[in-house]
Amino acid sequence: MAADAEVAVRTSEASHLRIAARVRDVASRRETLLNLVRKELKVKYAQSVLGAIWSLLNPIVFLAVFSFVMRITNNQFRDYPVYLLSGLLAWNLCSVSLTTGARSVIDNGNLVKKVAFPREILPLSAIGVALVDFVLQSAVLFLFIPASGHGFHLLELSVYPLAFLTLIVFTTAMTLWLAALNVRYRDIQHLLNLGLLVWFWFTPIVYSGYLVKDVLTRHPVLGVNLWNVFLGNPLTPIVMGFQRALYAVVRPIGSPKPVLPDVSLPWLAGVLAIVLVASLAFLRLTWGTFFRLSGDFAEEL
Amino acid sequence: MTAAIEVADVSKKFRLFRERPTSVKQRLLSARSRAEDFWALRNVSFDVLEGTSLGLIGQNGSGKTTLLKIVAGILRPTSGVVRQRGRMAALLELGAGFHPELTGRENVYLNASFLGLSRRETDRAYDAIVEFAGLEEFMDNQAKFYSSGMLVRLGFAVAVHVDPEVLLIDEVLAVGDEAFQAKCLERIRRFQREGRTIVLVTHALDTVRAICDRAVMLHQGRVHALGSPDDVVREMRYLLLGQVDEGFVPEEGTREAEIEAVDLVYPNGSTEGPLVRDDPFTIQVDVRTNEPVDDLDVDFEILDGATNHPVLDGRASRAGVTIGRFDGKRRVRFHVSSFPYTAGKYWITIGLSSRETGRLYHVQTQRYLLEVIEVPRVQERVDVPVTIEVEDL
Repeated sequence: MAADAEVAVRTSEASHLRIAARVRDVASRRETLLNLVRKELKVKYAQSVLGAIWSLLNPIVFLAVFSFVMRITNNQFRDYPVYLLSGLLAWNLCSVSLTTGARSVIDNGNLVKKVAFPREILPLSAIGVALVDFVLQSAVLFLFIPASGHGFHLLELSVYPLAFLTLIVFTTAMTLWLAALNVRYRDIQHLLNLGLLVWFWFTPIVYSGYLVKDVLTRHPVLGVNLWNVFLGNPLTPIVMGFQRALYAVVRPIGSPKPVLPDVSLPWLAGVLAIVLVASLAFLRLTWGTFFRLSGDFAEEL
Repeated sequence: MTAAIEVADVSKKFRLFRERPTSVKQRLLSARSRAEDFWALRNVSFDVLEGTSLGLIGQNGSGKTTLLKIVAGILRPTSGVVRQRGRMAALLELGAGFHPELTGRENVYLNASFLGLSRRETDRAYDAIVEFAGLEEFMDNQAKFYSSGMLVRLGFAVAVHVDPEVLLIDEVLAVGDEAFQAKCLERIRRFQREGRTIVLVTHALDTVRAICDRAVMLHQGRVHALGSPDDVVREMRYLLLGQVDEGFVPEEGTREAEIEAVDLVYPNGSTEGPLVRDDPFTIQVDVRTNEPVDDLDVDFEILDGATNHPVLDGRASRAGVTIGRFDGKRRVRFHVSSFPYTAGKYWITIGLSSRETGRLYHVQTQRYLLEVIEVPRVQERVDVPVTIEVEDL
């Protein structure tokens, strides 16, 4: 054994998170992460004939049902299925990651108590599983958009990568945080279910973002434009980003009112950039918390 | 030689809750006093040199698994430092992460990656793993169709194919049938020949004696004994006999008379074992006096190494043998006409005492090893009565 072999030191000190070194640690175990994601997917679809097709069926049925309902009710909302899914898929990626990620450490308690590996791998694998679903379902949506005659708008589509990146960073930050706290306070997972319900309806996914902006801007409370408060929900600009990228038209032809909030593309990109930077700072914070608490996971379980 | 593992003054405190408060409400409501501190480890220090094997023994709850987890980096010490050099693999559980819905093959890859093996390394080792486990035909079956023995074999097969410089093993040898255990021991010896460092936590004291260079015995979270496996194991046996809290006394007595030598004489006249089951043997005790004694009594006791239960004893006075007054040296032979106990290791205690007063001159506790083997033999024909009955149906 080389005399200069790396020396691992274990002390009572909760070691301080050094991002670069930790990223290397986790990256060196990326195969474990991928294997864990693969395992979750295999287990999820084990002994089902259709397997991963179930993931695809979900958005397909959504698209079919809403296309049908919108047609027979003669709704004014143009191409509502596209609007709904572009926001909903992003939301699902976040909410599924949070619910499964928050339980990830507890659900794998046996591993945590018996095997040494970077604990981040557990919540990250939950995000990975949600991400696979997201990619499959987005593929359906990306095929539907041109097929339905809605079409892509390349300029708007350019905001997609930024929205996606922001979503991933924010989701990761939240998931690490909840996963760590949930080990000590099992309330988190129950609270989360309630919280997500409220959160979902405070994010413009099923209803038009323009409507909210319009109402809130016209009725300031104590001189405060609540639209700005509404934008404080990081998922609102993120979802708006996805909708702007995929639904693209702020005011569809023949529509009495805009559907998307009437903000300029650079403004939206700017807001997303701010959310991204804030999410990165948040990630640094929650990862630190996760790292600090992870030393005691084996005891708390 | 450098130390592969340095454990320096490590203590570990657990908080024991009567009922673990795991929700915010419980935490708010529970008074601080409901938590009790429990020291699983107290000021534990030792080194493991590179290329050596250390056995870690102790009763249940003595803190040995906690210590192993701290060395592995799974738990954080409350105080103290552990320094560990080189690539390490901790086998605290066989088949970590095995999932019943996955096939044997998929589980091998998943488990191997938890133990730190890359996909390519697993590819290379895969055939050897399957062969070691002896599960060639079952690798594409889901693990839920495996017996528990098969799962354990597969888990161990993966474990021995990780390629670490430092290997931590917890209790995993106590699995599988005898043939498989022999295979595992053989593999550990190979690791040793290859110069790897091994820390082994086990209840199997014979294993520690057989394969370890040094042993540490923990008792109530402290290092109770540290040294050669023979000495530490003897101490452990002493403790297991119920004489807790006393320091182990391998020898004691007032020494008016002393045990000078003890030999086990086997049927062929040699003093080298092992003994074949059911064969006779002789315990030969040489006694030397330091001053004249006139009422010497000699006794022995044989203890089963596997269960720590006494199986056989003998005493000169009980057999009506009087040694008489003497000064100088005498030899006492206990002829055991047959030793009918199963194969394994047995420990012999020899005692010299005063026949009148019971005063102990000299006692050597569990000092001498009697190893018993079994030779398979052809069953002989015997007459067993057989009754025959006929009835109408």
